[in-house]
Amino acid sequence: MSNVTLHNITKEFRDITALSSVSFEVKDGEFFVLLGPTGAGKTTTLRIIAGLEKQDDGTVSFDGEDISALPPADRDVAFVFQQYSLYPTMSVYDNLAFPLRSPLRKIPEPDIKKRVETTAETLRISHLLARKTAKLSGGEMQRVAIGRAIVRTPRVYLMDEPLSNLDAKLREALRVELQHLQKTQRSTTVFVTHDQIEALTMADRIGVLRQGQIVQVGSPEDIYDRPASTFVAEMVGTPRINLVEARREDGAIYIKDSQVRMSIPNSGNLPSSFLLGVRPEDLQPSSKGEYAGEIALTEPLGVETIVHIRSGNQRFLSLIPGMTHFKIGDAVKFNIAPDRLHFFQSNSGNRIQ
Amino acid sequence: MARFEDMGPASPVVESIRVDMVNPTARLLGKIRAAIAVALATILLIPVYVMIVTSIKSYNDVVAIPPKLVFEPTMQGFVFLFSERAVLSKAQLEEYQKNPGELDFIGQLALEAGQQVTGPSDYVGRLKNSLIIAGVSTVLSVVLGFFAAYAFSRFNVPGKNDLLFFILSTRMLPAVVVTIPLFLMYRTLRLHDTHLGMILLYTVFNLSFSVWLLKGFIDEIPREYEDAALVDGYSRLEAFFKIVLPQSVTGLAATTVFCLIFAWNEYAFSLMLTSEKARTAPPSIATMLGRGVVEWQAIAAGSVLFLIPVVVITFALRKYLLRGVTFGAIRQ
Amino acid sequence: MATIELRKVEKKFGTAYAVEPMDLTINHGEFVVLLGPSGCGKTTTLRMISGLETVSGGHIYLDGRDVTWLHPSDRDTAFVFQLFALYPHLTVRQNIAFPLQAQHESPETITKRVAETVELLKIGDLLNQRPGNLSGGDRQRVALARALVRHPAAFLMDEPLGALDADFRETMRAEIKRLHIEQNATTVYVTHDQIEAMAMADKIVVMSNAVVQHIGSPAEVYHNPSNLFVAAFIGSPGMNLMAGHFANQTVHFSDENSFKPPKEWNSALQVGLPSEGEVIVGFRPEVARLSDKGALVGDVYAVDIHGSYSVLHVKLAGSKDELGIVHLRADRRTSHPIGAKVSFDLDPEMVRFFNPQTEAAIRRENA
Repeated sequence: MSNVTLHNITKEFRDITALSSVSFEVKDGEFFVLLGPTGAGKTTTLRIIAGLEKQDDGTVSFDGEDISALPPADRDVAFVFQQYSLYPTMSVYDNLAFPLRSPLRKIPEPDIKKRVETTAETLRISHLLARKTAKLSGGEMQRVAIGRAIVRTPRVYLMDEPLSNLDAKLREALRVELQHLQKTQRSTTVFVTHDQIEALTMADRIGVLRQGQIVQVGSPEDIYDRPASTFVAEMVGTPRINLVEARREDGAIYIKDSQVRMSIPNSGNLPSSFLLGVRPEDLQPSSKGEYAGEIALTEPLGVETIVHIRSGNQRFLSLIPGMTHFKIGDAVKFNIAPDRLHFFQSNSGNRIQ
Repeated sequence: MARFEDMGPASPVVESIRVDMVNPTARLLGKIRAAIAVALATILLIPVYVMIVTSIKSYNDVVAIPPKLVFEPTMQGFVFLFSERAVLSKAQLEEYQKNPGELDFIGQLALEAGQQVTGPSDYVGRLKNSLIIAGVSTVLSVVLGFFAAYAFSRFNVPGKNDLLFFILSTRMLPAVVVTIPLFLMYRTLRLHDTHLGMILLYTVFNLSFSVWLLKGFIDEIPREYEDAALVDGYSRLEAFFKIVLPQSVTGLAATTVFCLIFAWNEYAFSLMLTSEKARTAPPSIATMLGRGVVEWQAIAAGSVLFLIPVVVITFALRKYLLRGVTFGAIRQ
Repeated sequence: MATIELRKVEKKFGTAYAVEPMDLTINHGEFVVLLGPSGCGKTTTLRMISGLETVSGGHIYLDGRDVTWLHPSDRDTAFVFQLFALYPHLTVRQNIAFPLQAQHESPETITKRVAETVELLKIGDLLNQRPGNLSGGDRQRVALARALVRHPAAFLMDEPLGALDADFRETMRAEIKRLHIEQNATTVYVTHDQIEAMAMADKIVVMSNAVVQHIGSPAEVYHNPSNLFVAAFIGSPGMNLMAGHFANQTVHFSDENSFKPPKEWNSALQVGLPSEGEVIVGFRPEVARLSDKGALVGDVYAVDIHGSYSVLHVKLAGSKDELGIVHLRADRRTSHPIGAKVSFDLDPEMVRFFNPQTEAAIRRENA
């Protein structure tokens, strides 16, 4: 396994700058997730690491060695695509064997057979080896696709949203399996996704990508607890963080369009107007609540309920455990945890320390 | 206890049956439409029927008025097609009729029409030319077109869109318009009346069609397949042969059939740019029209024979054709 | 708005059932979700209600009227597709006006209704754009507008949020629900995402392999699932299902782990389980309480951080393979290294039991 370093990668497509000075490092054995919305440049980054795309500027290094000039075949990486990675005219066995049969490797057939069978067992698809890939379910297909990557024991695994096309439940199940695989094999993995749950649960570290630029790199806790900007704050966490305009006056914070007024220490370093972030779990209804509002909507999820509270002209999301007896229109009082607030600049969206 | 994990194969493609396709009025209309379609098809096939029937009639039956529906089938048409004959004088006729034993089957047929076989016609040679020229040019235009289409589909060829439009534009002009310049060119290059000349011409004309058709097919093949092969250690060429080729079979079949049909039936260029050596069947059948008494039965016979190879090939590839005409039906 | 009734509606392709005979009543103004994995028959059912698919048997009633064989355009239902199906050559305004033109409404009515709908969905500034230039979320709003403008008797939605990014889905989910409440619109909604179903539905119809598994409110389906499939499918992660052996009023999972069900369950368990006493115990991740002296013990297998909470994957002591792993919900601030020993209790009110052979839930009352 190798570590991967990207340094100042820039890529342009005609008149669009897909990537702009992207730099990050993936340590040996680390599960690194590249998180960002569609079109942020995640797939392009991955393809550049694989060599399927050539960067305009910057270097890609494995273990300190610049591999930017190497074609994909020589980089010894494995790529799991979102879909269409299995050859429809071949059986599962042949699909798994395909990477090993490339003329580059010259592996004898008996060894190929052994490796394919071991991989199939790890992924619990041994019973599918003879089947044609067109006859597989979505989950089975992705497991075969992952198998094709594993069978090669490459230096780096690159995965491009492999779970995005699967049903929600299937995604959960495969996610756990992928996590387990990665942790037992300690394989350097760069995993791309727009799903923040996948990022939070699987990653050792996350790199958040926005319009071709890295905006934050950190552990899941860093990203969640100390988002570097409103973009990152909104990117992670379900339901999404409450972001409201606020102003500072006489040592207290006032939330715009509502009656909420909080006095917090050290409000002096805050600018006079800024953006305030409160995560829904840090805003809780309470009979002794300081602020008043009205229930606009409830979304029961079983284990918890998302409650939409209207206070003045503002709408807040609150996450409460269990089921709720609240009905639309009920009056409600609520509290906001003062030590769990996030402050951001109004214009740039960047975090205020 | 895995329940939702693996819920069986991917949804099969089943035909949705909308409500309006089942109610009685719709069914009746459907039946009427089908009947009309069958009637139309029958009407459109009448000329083919007439042609086949004419090829097995004797000359007298062909020109009979009113047209004979019931007749005695004969091989006269085919025989006359393949032979040069001379009309017998009255004296020769009487002589042969007294001693018919020397004549073989073919001679007998000729005798019945008052003629004598003097040698083979040039039809066989023409048919052979057709096979060579159409066959080779089809193979060339499909193979070259396939590689070009792949390049257009996968690579950032500079001026790609302009080039593609240019290729398409060659189909916009009627072939006849360029016949004269071509004639002069070929004369100068000594390509006139050569197999090479005709093959080159048909290949170039078919290439535009095949590039466009095949590019459409290759565009439908997801690039991830080749990317995966590249990452796994295959060169682009290997990926091309192992992955793109097998998945392009339907497209190649469809393109082959279309190119073959064009080259096989081509008339104008063949007429203008060949005389003896490289002439193909279509002009030769047509020129049979000009010689004195028009031997309709021979012309029909020639047409029937000419029809057979293309019908056979198209029939053999019919499965691929149906899928080929409905582009991109292979979606998961 | 209308009531929809399905009586013994089924769909067969050849001899195979795509939807086994089902009965379903959708009341006036109700939001009913057809929920299940791919291929379970939910979309086929929706299409039968709309008329885009014929039924192989049974009847469909709209407000008491038998619409089983009516053309889709005669049923007064509006369909919202997953891939929006907006007419790419028409502007947004023309797209929304299209259904009304098809019904030959007067130009004044059309202008008025389009304006109302546009206001409702707040897409006023998109009116002159073509769908190709819009984001996924905007396109879905236009698709919704096109359905709403007809004031149909019922809305039928086929995974409308499936093609959107995760954060858009949340926002659109609340918007669709809000619209539903304001319009009091009878809605039938298909999805494979149980979070969507739980958040939006008045009633959930859980389906699997062409069979209806459970019809109930989100609370019912969550707390009292009718069988193993529903228990595991609803919730993320789904209900923990542990195989054990019931004897002497105790469930034994292994030598180290056993659980004593509350007294009220004993008679139901005696009757409801197979003779050998095999049982499956179900509990949701939040039902477990970590405690130093908990009744159940195991080792930490993995930890998932979810931001506001964590999920502890615990391998129960004495279990042989991965099937012995349970998922427990924990506070985000818990620090449990892999391999550490944990013990926990189960809230007795929230534990459920299932018959392993029939896979059906055992009800406390079945004594």
